[in-house]
Amino acid sequence: MTTGTDRFAPGDRVRTRATDPAGHTRLPRYARGAVGVVVERAGTHPLADDRARGLTRDAQPVWHVRFAAADLFGGGDHTVTVELWDDYLTPVEDT
Amino acid sequence: MSGDHGSTLISAQVRHVETLLEARGLLDAGEVDTRIDEVLAGGTPANGARIVARAWVDPGFAERLLADANATIREVGLSMAGGLQEQRLKVVANTEDEHNVVVCTLCSCYPIALLGPSPGWYKSEAYRSRVVRDPRGVLAEFGVQLPATTSVAVWDASAESRYMVLPRRPDGTADLAEDELAALVTRKGLIGTAAV
Repeated sequence: MTTGTDRFAPGDRVRTRATDPAGHTRLPRYARGAVGVVVERAGTHPLADDRARGLTRDAQPVWHVRFAAADLFGGGDHTVTVELWDDYLTPVEDT
Repeated sequence: MSGDHGSTLISAQVRHVETLLEARGLLDAGEVDTRIDEVLAGGTPANGARIVARAWVDPGFAERLLADANATIREVGLSMAGGLQEQRLKVVANTEDEHNVVVCTLCSCYPIALLGPSPGWYKSEAYRSRVVRDPRGVLAEFGVQLPATTSVAVWDASAESRYMVLPRRPDGTADLAEDELAALVTRKGLIGTAAV
């Protein structure tokens, strides 16, 4: 499913956008500014934030990103997998 | 962007817009209801149960289902293409080591074709906000007690994919036929808030 032009691959660590946009977004508040791991690519879709504003832009990859609950909520032993558009994510360099 | 959608104000606004669209000839009278009926037609948890029962009796089907659910459910005559466009389906399997549970924290996204209309609690702010933070606590309230050795994976349907849980086959069902197995599967089991 992954193409050579993708920014991410399964196993990559990514950080989500931390800002609070003025309008519609599909980046849930609890998952902002958090680091997770890419699980897989789930197709390409136009960014929901743009569609809600009536903007037409090219589709972009959508990723399943898995977070440790402790990294989202400061506790918990479970994981939460969220489906996120490419625009919401930046790569995290391994140190 | 979250919240309940059933407020009187929103309903009145929707009806007003619908009326204007009809008056301008952009929408046929009753078209919205017709489209909704089309999406709901045939949508029942019996469909999800049929998929689960097939996966329990046919390991090859189960393997294909987890790898490419959209293609594989066509083998049992089902599809995710009932709406305006085909929606991606992701099936996640419960094991002894991991239990899966599905939520849509932003609204109430859910595979209607396979599970039927979603239950009220699935759309409630209480479920949506709590299950991502404390799934073990929420599952215990549903009567699902998980051992500490079973990890919990929550799936938030925040974008375009829809999720369905493949529950574990209950013990003592080796002699049951496929349709008898399907009868054991509940809508809660397909969401992950029941064992089966």
